[in-house]
Amino acid sequence: MDRFADAFLNPAVIEKYLPDILRGMLVTIEVAAAVVVTGVLAGLLLASARSFRIRPVNALIVLFVDVFRALPPLVIILIAYFGLPNVGISLSGFTVLWLVLSLVLAAFAEEIFWSGILSIRKGQWEAARSTGLGFLQTLAWVILPQAVRMTVPPLTNRTIAITKNTALGAVIGVPEILMQAQTAQSFSGNATPLLIGSLAYVALFVPVVAVGRWLETRFAWGRA
Amino acid sequence: MSDRNAMLDVAGLRKSFGSLEVLRGIDLSVAPQELVFVIGPSGSGKSTLLRCCNRLEEPDEGSIRVDGVELLDPKTDINAMRRRIGMVFQSFNLYPHMTVLSNVTLALRKALGKGRAEAREIGEAALARVGLADKVDAYPAQLSGGQQQRAAIARAVALEPKIMLFDEPTSALDPELVGSVLAVMRELREAGMTMVVVSHEMRFARDAADRVVFMDHGAIVEQGPPEQVFGAPEHARTRSFLADFAA
Repeated sequence: MDRFADAFLNPAVIEKYLPDILRGMLVTIEVAAAVVVTGVLAGLLLASARSFRIRPVNALIVLFVDVFRALPPLVIILIAYFGLPNVGISLSGFTVLWLVLSLVLAAFAEEIFWSGILSIRKGQWEAARSTGLGFLQTLAWVILPQAVRMTVPPLTNRTIAITKNTALGAVIGVPEILMQAQTAQSFSGNATPLLIGSLAYVALFVPVVAVGRWLETRFAWGRA
Repeated sequence: MSDRNAMLDVAGLRKSFGSLEVLRGIDLSVAPQELVFVIGPSGSGKSTLLRCCNRLEEPDEGSIRVDGVELLDPKTDINAMRRRIGMVFQSFNLYPHMTVLSNVTLALRKALGKGRAEAREIGEAALARVGLADKVDAYPAQLSGGQQQRAAIARAVALEPKIMLFDEPTSALDPELVGSVLAVMRELREAGMTMVVVSHEMRFARDAADRVVFMDHGAIVEQGPPEQVFGAPEHARTRSFLADFAA
């Protein structure tokens, strides 16, 4: 038991490296928040663009979505971080992590929003168009508000799963939680920072899960 | 057949779905304040005809004039025309995420650009007219079918259309709820609304319609005042169709 406590809950190590891990938490929060905003918005834009049903455009959207859903995010991150400089594009680790995770989230979010849009009965489009609302007005005021409500549960799950991938920043030097914990672990020769790091993830993502649950009930509108 | 003073003037209208010809050259003219009832077996093309009249279906050929404006002219602003053509659907198609009032005011605000207060005033008046003054803040799911259909009528009426198209407005309703919807339609007729009604409510047609049009296989078989079409139909097909309703 003492050995366990010494390996995972060493007070001296905690004291020394806690500030680093707290800074890592801030970085994780920044990346995650940026990814959620850009990823979900881009997914919504793509799904909206797809509803115009312009064939070549939709073929491109489907291609993008399928590729980014198929590839492991780590692979894309490595290609972007180590590959792009060869063609003269050097992005910071932070930018690569944000961009790649945003694109991955956008791909999944597009599919989720699109299935939501498809699930709205044709009569809703027809009713709105018959009152003289344009295509975009109908989409914005009648279709998306209904579609988005339906997509909140799968979208929340997917968003949480993808934002957790901010830990992949550790392999390209983004000083987020895991990177800080790993560095501290190798300097101290003690696993305590890793345990603290995982506690930091729990502290960050349990509230996100709770907000997701709240959103689900909040958006289930009165069907009395 | 073309009539310059008609509110709705359909000429030579054709429409196919794939190889199936649904409308085979329809000519139909509806005068201002006239109530025209379109009857016929299912698959006769009557709903498609109605849906062509605000271009929810795109006709293949022909002409549709509403209040003198050619709907099929690419230069016609179809959204502006649709505001003048009220449409009521079999399945109501109210927006489930909005209150009844918002259902009515959405197009007033977003398509006509009216302010919140003015839209609310118009919306409340339209809902009062269909007997739903006390349901303004309810959601569609909290209303009966008859109330939902009346709210849908209010949504169309609020835009002050020149003509209203009813696509089987009572077919989805329980029998005891049909009367309230027909009463609203009767009130609209008495107020001078031009109406084209696709429906199986023969009793209503008999005492409210100016003219009854019988369609079969994508063509108008015969038409005339209700007493003539119902009392002394000329064509065998009309007779056999009406015989099914005699019981």
